[in-house]
Parts: sequence; C-alpha cells; structure tokens
Amino acid sequence: MPEKLLEMTDIVKCYTIGEEEQMVLKHIDFSVNKGEFVSILGPSGSGKSTMMNIIGCLDVPTSGRYILNGKEIADMDQVELAHIRNKEIGFIFQSFQLLKRNTILENVELPLIYAKVSRKERRERAAAMLERMGLGNKLDFYPNQLSGGQQQRVAISRAVVTQPSILLADEPTGALDQKTGAQVMELFHELNDEGRTIIMITHDKHIAEHAGRIVKILDGVMSEGGTEDA
Amino acid sequence: MLRESIKMSWENIIQNKLRSFLTILGIIIGVTAIIALITVVQALITNINEQFDSVGANTLVINAQGTPLKQGLSDKDLMEINEIDGVTGIAPSINTTIDIYREGTVYEDIVVDGKNETFFNRNSDLILIGRGLNILDVNGKNRVCVISADFMNKVFMGENPVGQDISIMGSSYRIVGVADGGDDSVMTLMSGSTSDIYIPYKNLMSLTGQNRIYSLEVYMTDEAEDTTYISDAVEQYLDTLYNYKDNSYMLIIMDSLLDMMKDVQSMLTTALTAIASIALLVGGIGIMNMMLVSVTERTVEIGLRKALGAEPRLIQVQFLTEAIMLSVLGGILGIVVGLTISFICGAVMDIRVPISWGAIALGVGFSAAVGIIFGFAPAKKASELNPIDALRSV
Repeated sequence: MPEKLLEMTDIVKCYTIGEEEQMVLKHIDFSVNKGEFVSILGPSGSGKSTMMNIIGCLDVPTSGRYILNGKEIADMDQVELAHIRNKEIGFIFQSFQLLKRNTILENVELPLIYAKVSRKERRERAAAMLERMGLGNKLDFYPNQLSGGQQQRVAISRAVVTQPSILLADEPTGALDQKTGAQVMELFHELNDEGRTIIMITHDKHIAEHAGRIVKILDGVMSEGGTEDA
Repeated sequence: MLRESIKMSWENIIQNKLRSFLTILGIIIGVTAIIALITVVQALITNINEQFDSVGANTLVINAQGTPLKQGLSDKDLMEINEIDGVTGIAPSINTTIDIYREGTVYEDIVVDGKNETFFNRNSDLILIGRGLNILDVNGKNRVCVISADFMNKVFMGENPVGQDISIMGSSYRIVGVADGGDDSVMTLMSGSTSDIYIPYKNLMSLTGQNRIYSLEVYMTDEAEDTTYISDAVEQYLDTLYNYKDNSYMLIIMDSLLDMMKDVQSMLTTALTAIASIALLVGGIGIMNMMLVSVTERTVEIGLRKALGAEPRLIQVQFLTEAIMLSVLGGILGIVVGLTISFICGAVMDIRVPISWGAIALGVGFSAAVGIIFGFAPAKKASELNPIDALRSV
C-alpha cells in the first residue's frame, strides 16, 4: 500500500469578479502518493494555475479538504502557509524566478535562510547542491551570466535544497528550447528515481508524457488518464 | 536574519545610488540644519557664558550716573557699599584714552584703566608676568602699572617690560606686571574695549581730575544660595542715595543675565528644531515615496520570497530595515555636513565649537524615527502582497 502524500477531497475554488461569482475548480478529488511523478495537463484557462496555487499552498480553497504530508492546509493562515511552503514545497517556475542581483549560490541559499538554517550550513548545502547540478565552478556567477538551461538548473537546485516533500513545477520547460527542455526532463527523472515526488503542471502533452501518471484538467474538472486533446 | 535584511537593504540602496541619494537629500538637509544650527547656537552661547562665568557669577555691576546734584559715587559711598552684608569686595572702574610717547614713537588711543587690588585678587589668573596691583599700591597711590600682553607685544617687542618705566600723562610709572588681554573684565565685556594699562584707580582719578566713581563691580559672597538679598540691599542703598530718581543708575546682576542666556538658548534650540523638523517631514515623505516605488518594482521578488517561505513579517522587516537604513544614512551624512558647517562657522566667528553629542543623538534619533514612521506603510504593503498576484505579474 503506497503512502499518500497529498490528498484533496471535494476542492472548490471560487473567485468573485465584479458581481459575478465564478467557480474555477469544481469539486476536485485528487491525490498523489509518495515518490510519484504526476503531470497535470490542461490548456490555459482550464484552472490548472489555480490548482497549482492550491497544491503549492499559495492559496487556500473556498471549500474542501486538503491534507499535505499529514497536515490540514485548508484553514491555515498566511504565516502557517509560509512555513508549509518553505518546508514541504519546492517550486520550479517557467521563468526560473532567480534574483538577478544575487549570485546563484545566494539564490539557492534563499529558502534555507527562511528555514533558519545557520549561515555556514546553508552555504555548504547550497554549494553541494549546485555542485551536483554541474554548476560547482560557477557559484559566484549571476543568473544573467548563465544559459537558460543552467538557470533552470539553479532554480531546480533552489527547489530541492530544502528537501521538500513535493517538487512543484509550473511549465518547467516553457522558456527553454527542445534540447535543453529534454535535459531538464532527464533531470526530473533522476530526481524521481531518487524517490522525490514531482507534480508538473503543463499544457504540453509531450512534456506531460514524461510523468508516470497524467491527470487532465478542463474547465475546472479533473479526470484521470488519456492524453488525446489538451 | 536581521543581518540578511541589512545586507539585502544595503545591496538595494547601492544598486540605485543616484535614486537613493536624491531620496535621502531631504533627510540630509533636515539633519544638517538641526546639527549646524544647534551646534553653532550652543557654541555661541557657551562662549558668551564662559566669558560671563569667569568673572560674572556672584558679581553686580553698577553704572551710576547719579543726579546733577549727586554725581556718581563718592569714597564714602564706596565704603558703605563695601560694608553691605554679603558683599565681599568692590572694584571701582575708571578709564580714559591717552597717547603714550616712548623712545620717539607715539602710541595713540591707549586705554588706561584705574583699578584696585580687589580686582586683581578676584581675577588672579589675569597676571601672566610679575604681579598685579596690591593694597599698598592703591592706598599709597604708587606710580606702578600693569600692562596688557597686547600692549607689551606692541611696545616692547620681546623685551621683558617688568621693571621698566613708561610715561603716563607726564608721570613716570614703573611696570610691575603683564596681564592677559584684559577682556575677562565685565567692564570691557560690556564696553567692548580692552584695557592696555592698569594703574591704581586713585591715581587715574587725580590725573583726570575726577573725584567721583561712575562704574563699580560689586563682588558677593559665594556662600549664599540666593544672593537676591545682597542685590536688593545694594539697590536700596542706591535708591536712597539718589532719591529714587529714574535712570540715575543701572544695576546689572550677572546671575540673572546668565539665566536669561540659558532661556534664550533653550528657546532658540526649540525654535530651530521645530523648523528643521519640517525639513525632516519632507524628507520622510520622500522616503515613503521611494519605498512605495520600490515595493511596486519588486513585486515579483516579494512574491518569490513569499513562495519560498518568507513570513509576511519578515518581508515587512526587510522593507522597514531598508527605509530605516536609508534615512539613518541620510542622518549620518547630515551630521557630517552639519558639523563641517559648524566648524567653518566657528573658525569664521573665532569661537570654539564643541561637538554637541545631544545634537548628534537628536539627528540619528530623528532620522531613525522618520525611517520607521514613513517606512511603515510601504513595508506593510509589501508584506500584504499576495504571492499569486505578485508572481503572475511577470
């Protein structure tokens, strides 16, 4: 029996736009086991961004239950959510989101600062992580001195360095060419083989197919399997 | 954590050097104004106080014109005033301006002061070389004099003048001592002129044909806490002497002058601080504006930091730190500029300018307070940014 890492039950998310209330997520049930690599596939406007925000604890659902690593998320306040994000989630963004004024070493250290890791230890951990990503000789480089693929590896290092329960990737290859994108996917497989749980949100079904399981989302409704449309 | 905040803030300030400088210009001007004004005013007043203090405390100055029938003060009046309870001594003051001839040179407009032994006892640090006038000189009308250091430099040019003779209005006077400038005397402080030569006052009365004293310093005991009763008694004596005639005399009580100076100082300081506060207010608004722009510019960064687990409070601390650092930086620059201006003013006005730690503390405190007050709203705004909106705005 695989261990359930993430479990969502009857998740509803509504936004009020003007007078009108719009239901973006419609009674979603979704769960992920430890060590899984899952893709959430959907076109823009399907609700996949909202889904990612809720999985990533950036937002709370209007109703429903969300249990992440044994903790009930739905009722948490901003401070608790910040702690959960720091501890449980490793974000990988489409546009990398590196601080351009800081070296890549400092960028990778950033989540460790918020985790209150000592200066010495976080330096060691960040350096070791970048070393592993093949960037060990570029620790003092600034993001704009690196190629897109290298920048995404810095971003992945930053996501993994805190040892989170989930790597949450939002269109991780969106800003990369095909070859570099393939290398990043290779890296995802490696990380998954090491036992890391990965949730990847994408509109590209070829990228989505790298995952062990594909979940489709369309118009706020989620369905398992199938890779036809999207 | 604070260390990180300071480092990040510093990087951000350095990143936009020109903008940061323009932002803190208001603070720099405000603090410069506070420091310069307070320091210069304090220096001026301290300087005046020191002059008054050296001779002034426990001293009364009488300027007695008297009435047409009773002009000035007679020897008997002087004795009676000296006998008043609490009076420890009196020093009559009489002066005239003459020309002095020596070895073929004429020295014009030389101020000759008539003094008694009490004056020299009271101002014992006045004598640089030799001795002052003593009771035997005064009572015996000895032809001895004390000259000022300025006069010595002008006339004797490095020679030791003690023991030499000079001719004063046809009489030969032996020099027994050299005095320091003479500007410590309350009289010269009031009149603005400095004495060149001191001789026994009775000699000068004879030489000028006066038999009345018009100006007198009265020294009061320093044992009494409150010397009002002494000045009251002196006033009483003079009123009786001149039949309560208006403007027959003027009595200057140095202690109350000192108190007045202190009042003026605190009033000036308050007024100047109020004015400078307006500059600080304007500076604070500048900082608030800059911080709001900074929050908008760094929306994505704030969103990212929050996504990575920064608590809202931490974001707030970071932006507040930046606002405080900006304004304290302005404060420090203001202190440096302000002190520089003060020292230049001091050099120009030829007064000693002490560093006022109070003013410095005020400058730092004020600028830090401005940073906290005007940085609070932008920092709050940053901390309340929704990370989703922030990240979406890419």
